[in-house]
Amino acid sequence: IAAVAEPLGLGRVAEPDEIAAWDIDVRPDGTGLPAGSGSVAMGEEVFVEKCAACHGDFAEGAGRWPALGGGLDTLQDERPTRTVGSFWPYLSTAYDFINRAMTVGYGEPASDDEIYAIIAYILYSNDLVDDDFVLSRENFTSIRLPNEGGFYMDDRIQTEHPLFTRPACMKNCKDDVQIIARVETAF
Amino acid sequence: MPDTPDKPSSRRAFLTAGAAAGGAMLTAGPARAGDPAITEMQPWRRNLGDPIDDALYGMPSPFEADVIRGRVEWLTPDAYTAINFTPLHELDGIITPNGLCFQRSHAGAAQVDPAKYRLMINGLVERPLVFTLQDLQRFPRENRTYFLECAANSGMEWRGVQMDGVQFTHGMIHNVEYTGVPLRSLLEEAGVKTAGKWLLAEGSDAAAMSRSIPLEKALDDCLVAFNMNGEALRPEQGYPVRLVVPGWEGNMWVKWLRRIEVGDKPWHHREETSKYSDLMADGRTRRFTWEMDAKSVITSPSPQAPVLHGKGPLVVSGLAWSGRGTIPQVDITLDGGINWVKARLSGPSFDKSLHRFYYEFDWDGRPLLLQSRAHDSTGYVQPTKEALRKLRGVNSNYHNNGIQTWHLQSDGRVENVEVS
Repeated sequence: IAAVAEPLGLGRVAEPDEIAAWDIDVRPDGTGLPAGSGSVAMGEEVFVEKCAACHGDFAEGAGRWPALGGGLDTLQDERPTRTVGSFWPYLSTAYDFINRAMTVGYGEPASDDEIYAIIAYILYSNDLVDDDFVLSRENFTSIRLPNEGGFYMDDRIQTEHPLFTRPACMKNCKDDVQIIARVETAF
Repeated sequence: MPDTPDKPSSRRAFLTAGAAAGGAMLTAGPARAGDPAITEMQPWRRNLGDPIDDALYGMPSPFEADVIRGRVEWLTPDAYTAINFTPLHELDGIITPNGLCFQRSHAGAAQVDPAKYRLMINGLVERPLVFTLQDLQRFPRENRTYFLECAANSGMEWRGVQMDGVQFTHGMIHNVEYTGVPLRSLLEEAGVKTAGKWLLAEGSDAAAMSRSIPLEKALDDCLVAFNMNGEALRPEQGYPVRLVVPGWEGNMWVKWLRRIEVGDKPWHHREETSKYSDLMADGRTRRFTWEMDAKSVITSPSPQAPVLHGKGPLVVSGLAWSGRGTIPQVDITLDGGINWVKARLSGPSFDKSLHRFYYEFDWDGRPLLLQSRAHDSTGYVQPTKEALRKLRGVNSNYHNNGIQTWHLQSDGRVENVEVS
């Protein structure tokens, strides 16, 4: 697809230690996970210290901050609860995100073991593992989340566009119009 | 300098100004005393103005002090993982002034030192590379005007009407001329391996925002941009470098861009699983809903821009856009969708950019139900909110491009309403 173009010779080759410093991403197949492990018990300690102020002691959420546990089988409810256990498709997303954005920016970065432990505790809080569970790089991809099969590729082109790509009515398009909801202007 | 800016179109001034407006025009009768704005010499005529070195980076007139980004505190738990809103009701044309472009950050607006800025390309490439800002500015450049719309724009309106003004219902959007380098040029410099099918774009702020982008899009029209509207990016827009992903949801336009990794599969990161995925009524969820579909809104009259001048000639002004092309046509209705007429488009019609439309008519003072309906260059016609809800339910959060209704009342006030 790419047009063949001569490189301009701009930039320089990235050094291995530079790539190691910045290449932190983790994928569902486990690519990018560091060595390490953490137990539910250790996770409870770390979670209470680093996470619970916003996410609650039991990952149930505090105030307006997100719940990480609960909500199983609520996705068709009037008010669904979307958590790691009820909604997220892949556990790798939790490792990647906690590492990249949660313990950085909101305090002291956590160690690799601490992040495994936090995730073990979140799994426990979602009733997905027992209280003696230990999460590690080795067993990480054996953990499958309940909603992994709940996602599908954007299909608007097939399911919506044919309905909305039709000549638009211009005259006498309906018999009557009523206001059915309003925001009172707050002057 | 004027003492107190007192702009008649502000909400605070509405009641007094509205009362005076109707009788002010075309009054017949005996000769009146002249208008003091003319008969009395004004201070700006009598005295010198400000010296040219008074404002070396200029700001708007103090009379325009109401034209600012808007904040809705209850929307987010804090002011760092947060959003604000472009004042669409006060703007015209298609270019959003840099200082008014809405902001969305996930860990505040990073202040990046350009001397320490680096962009890394790694993964499935022949040569993993590091660029400085100066390196990027030595590649051949392009200038393109695109809208950036947050995927959540109008998201608060899925369950019904909620926000009191177009700034808040539709203001998670801006439209800017970007100067940058095609992402394709940088990828060619690194040499993408044949197994490379996806990119991960990642920011350098505390959130290190990351999104998976298919290689086809990256090679098509993505830009690595360093200027907006002719000057350097604003810090809150990613200074010194952001990704431009034309037509696609704003979340993917990674700011403070530090790294592009080439891979063979998507990463399924938090911003494309937990967030920016669209939960349907059946409990299943659309992922990778990248394109922003055709959409429009009347920016004036609107709840924050009431009609202050009474009956007679009235200008309806609005915006239309599509992430899938240009906007050849916009329709307007005054009766809530029973009858439609074509609006008049004015200004440039760029691909995946805002378009400005107008409709002028003689208002007789009767209440109206105003709507606009965009057609895009693929033939797609903007749907009603009800049509979208029938397909998606009310919990999809993102991608609400349903038709907006404003209720213009006899006294000139405008309400956000939903109609049958």
